Amino acid sequence: MQFIDSEKKNFFNEVREKSGQPIELCYQCQKCASGCIATEYADYFPNEILRLVQFGQKDRVLGCSSIWICSSCETCGARCPNGINIAEVMDALKEMSIREGKVKEKNINLFHNVFLGSVKTFGRVHESSMMAIYKLKSGDLMSDLDVGLEMFKKGKMPLLPHRIKAKGKLKHIFFSTNGHGPLNKNEKH
Amino acid sequence: MKLSYFPGCSLSSTAKEYDMSAKAVCNALGVELVELKDWVCCGATSAHSTNHKLSIALPSRNLALAQESGMDLAVPCSACYSRVKKADYTMRNNEKMRGEIERIVEFKYNGSINVYSLIEAMVSKIGVDAIAKSVNKPLKGLKLVCYYGCLLVRPPEVTCFDDTENPVSLDNVMKAVGAEVIPWSYKTDCCGANLGLTSSSVVQGMVGRLLDAAKEAGAMAIVTACPLCQSNLEMRRKERNTELPAFYFTELVGMALDLPDCNKWFNLHLVNPKPLLQSLSLAG
Ligand code: SF4
Ligand code: SF4
Repeated sequence: MQFIDSEKKNFFNEVREKSGQPIELCYQCQKCASGCIATEYADYFPNEILRLVQFGQKDRVLGCSSIWICSSCETCGARCPNGINIAEVMDALKEMSIREGKVKEKNINLFHNVFLGSVKTFGRVHESSMMAIYKLKSGDLMSDLDVGLEMFKKGKMPLLPHRIKAKGKLKHIFFSTNGHGPLNKNEKH
Repeated sequence: MKLSYFPGCSLSSTAKEYDMSAKAVCNALGVELVELKDWVCCGATSAHSTNHKLSIALPSRNLALAQESGMDLAVPCSACYSRVKKADYTMRNNEKMRGEIERIVEFKYNGSINVYSLIEAMVSKIGVDAIAKSVNKPLKGLKLVCYYGCLLVRPPEVTCFDDTENPVSLDNVMKAVGAEVIPWSYKTDCCGANLGLTSSSVVQGMVGRLLDAAKEAGAMAIVTACPLCQSNLEMRRKERNTELPAFYFTELVGMALDLPDCNKWFNLHLVNPKPLLQSLSLAG
């Protein structure tokens, strides 16, 4: 791809490299969009995301809702005639959006952090405490209380977490993969 | 035959009935599922959305455990399966990443074991014919649509299982146990996955679409192979009445084999499937 503006060029190149996908090949056939159910509820269809990346529109892409509402269903990638795995592009964009502080869907990102926090602490997700923390932090206290209670009554929400034994290994995995992930920056190994 | 087994977090909480029925059915069909000792969470959507390396490293820890056990790995949850399979694919095909992950996870990958979704393990290791031969109580009159969801068959280059647009494995198993499988075109459409917790209105729309289509096709119930699909189909419907219950395929196979614990599984559902089963004289 040719760019006059180097900032746009850098953005395009970074997305291409991070996702490993041949973004320049997209020719807007819209096959991806026609099978995408999730982004109907957001701001851009997948083909539009690809076009915006091709045009180096960093702020619009990193600050959009679609990259977060994408459910990674992989339908678009399986159908793209140019072999572009768009879910990988969406993941790369989410990581970049976090790094640049442009996250539009704050609660979804918060959820990911709380979820990984639970994994980091116990080695597995402990649903009850994870949901409680998410609710407190997001301020969304009321939704799903009825289902939560019903699950609890059916014994599907254990109160106590299960802790894995290989804590050292788990810590090592989190520590060594920490780009800008869920680890606290000051945390020591 | 023995397979190693990675149940994942949902199967010890919201999807207990899937875990119980999977073990019971495999056992009855001569396959022992041996749970990976000290498995870790696969990181799910949260890891691959925010930290690519972590999303390969976490499931690779389970690959390491499976490799140590020396048995092929069966994964019942489609989301966990997708992450473990992706990690296995990456370790097999990306040398640079393999070296890095081997250091992070502290093991040497040798590619000696295969990763299967539970449905793939059952159709390839047990076989549809053997399942059909073990049926004691065919599910006569039960009209079903089979819902595969996203990650059992996609991305195709990673999963290498069944047909991407029109998979048939679940259909075949359900026919083998005597149910009537109805064709529909929503087999692999997305249910909204983990968006249910943060963006429930989006998932309500996506689930509503699936339920309407199932009803229009003339189905009495939906059969799934994933705890996220199943719980979204139950939790994110507008009215939680007993219409169109969502089953795990293992529960229906278990019922057709006439295993004793079916009622225990069904009691754990949020949408009670018993009125439907009783109306067909399939459950007491
Ligand atoms: S299907 Fe592929 S080529 Fe077509 S618009 Fe989407 S990304 Fe571009
Ligand atoms: S992977 Fe994302 S962009 Fe692609 S079809 Fe699914 S929800 Fe849409």
